[in-house]
Amino acid sequence: MIKVSGLTKDYGARRAIQNVSFDAQQGEIVGFLGPNGAGKTTTMRILTGYMPPTDGEAIVAGYDVVEESLEVRKRVGYLPETVPLYNDMIVFDYLKFMGELRKIPKVDDRVDEVLEMVGLFERADGYIGNLSKGMRQRIGLAQALLHRPEVLILDEPTIGLDPGQVVEVRELIKEIGKERTVLLSTHLLNEAQNICDRVLIINKGKIVAEDTTENLQARLIGAERVVIRVRGESDDLAQTVKKVKGVQSAEAKEDGSVEFEYASGKDARPEVAKQVINAGYELIELRPIGMSLEEIFLELTSADAKKK
Amino acid sequence: MKNIWTIAKRELDNYFNSPLAYVVAFSVLLPIGIYFSLILWVGAQQAMMGGPAPDPSPMNWLFVFLMIFLSPALTMRLLSDEARMGTLELLLTAPVRDFELVAGKWLGAFVFVLGLAALTLVYPLVMHNFVSPGIDWMVVLSSYIGVILVTAALLALGTGISAIFSNQFAAFFVTLGLFFFLWFMVSLPANYLTNGGDVLNYLSIATHFSQSMNTGTINLGDIVYYLSLTALGLFAGTTAVEIRRWR
Repeated sequence: MIKVSGLTKDYGARRAIQNVSFDAQQGEIVGFLGPNGAGKTTTMRILTGYMPPTDGEAIVAGYDVVEESLEVRKRVGYLPETVPLYNDMIVFDYLKFMGELRKIPKVDDRVDEVLEMVGLFERADGYIGNLSKGMRQRIGLAQALLHRPEVLILDEPTIGLDPGQVVEVRELIKEIGKERTVLLSTHLLNEAQNICDRVLIINKGKIVAEDTTENLQARLIGAERVVIRVRGESDDLAQTVKKVKGVQSAEAKEDGSVEFEYASGKDARPEVAKQVINAGYELIELRPIGMSLEEIFLELTSADAKKK
Repeated sequence: MKNIWTIAKRELDNYFNSPLAYVVAFSVLLPIGIYFSLILWVGAQQAMMGGPAPDPSPMNWLFVFLMIFLSPALTMRLLSDEARMGTLELLLTAPVRDFELVAGKWLGAFVFVLGLAALTLVYPLVMHNFVSPGIDWMVVLSSYIGVILVTAALLALGTGISAIFSNQFAAFFVTLGLFFFLWFMVSLPANYLTNGGDVLNYLSIATHFSQSMNTGTINLGDIVYYLSLTALGLFAGTTAVEIRRWR
């Protein structure tokens, strides 16, 4: 459904993305992870036909984004990062306007339907300018869903939503992703883990890794990290933990807790708990900590540097 | 082509949702109304002394003259505001050609001004009933064709300039400056030149209207002039939108 090869885009002298290649199949949700300015939005804008690439080729829904831009745009739903909306328009009128541009039959019924999907049916008669950021986000999503697009491109779809809405929107995206192709960008690792079948990590305009989130984490660290906390004094806690079989390293933190690592697949937690309690501590917390996106980046970019 | 009308319709709604449309309508209809009553009053005085019957063409001249100043206000935010708010991104990723977007914006403003012009038809109608044997409707028709062509050209140029800027006030002043130049300045040197003056006169927006269509003569040259300006404005706007994509 999406096939990108050798995509490059220059803004003047600055190269925004370089030689980006990937593909996405129907019924697949692909996450685009990367820090600010990594080239996520640029890539998405090229795929939606908003701007042409400097070099390379992209086929979306069977059409070339440069040569057959209009055909691509008919088949793509797009939620831009900033969710640009007309503040002085009524919600219903806005969606109807976008629907008419996309020549949707029975547009009024369809607008009601998508408003229902994003849970804003009651606000249909209100002005867009009076909506909260989360509601605007959902109007943007409604706009992207209007014409039942084959490919959905969402730039930071859950940003600005409150936790309940985040769950709802994620469920909605998962539902849509069953039959269609979804490409979404995010900087939240747990979001990518939660909804994406596959993740592309992009840094400084280049794709540095492409895999499932579980594989990425496992491949990168090869170890699980856990934080342990006890009540009261914990001076020798790190020493106690370090002695346990299977623990690779243990480090005391300033707040009194201790972080330790063990090899993936060889769970050392039960043994650690036992030893800590035997040593007379009152165990109050034993919590795994995932690798943060920043750490994954550091890992990937430093791995990159080492190769050179 | 349906897209052009969809965009034009939204733009029309937008005019009536903002005070701008009412301010422009007021600024056009009030002076023309005052002017009309003055013409009637002077006409009545002259008629007592056997002078000529009043003629409605000065009012259309005033309409076009006011449009020089007011149409930049109608076109300034058409595309510049879309760029500033970022909504251009949505329109440019919808299945709409760049030309359809620009032409739709222009059409919205054009239909609004046509509505205003239609309202001024009441004056020739009133005048027709005051003078005997009535006014020359062919002159009125020619004059209104002129009004339609001039406003089409002015609004197209304004729309084109609006596509270049992201700031509506920059668009406003550049448009106003261009119109001022084309209306007053371009033919000024013509009086002092021994040859070449005709070319400058041809470039002036004013001469094609006030010396030709508003007096009841329609030349092919006048029509070509205004239609070329309209095409130029829409073409410039489309190109500006395309350039935005590449940046």
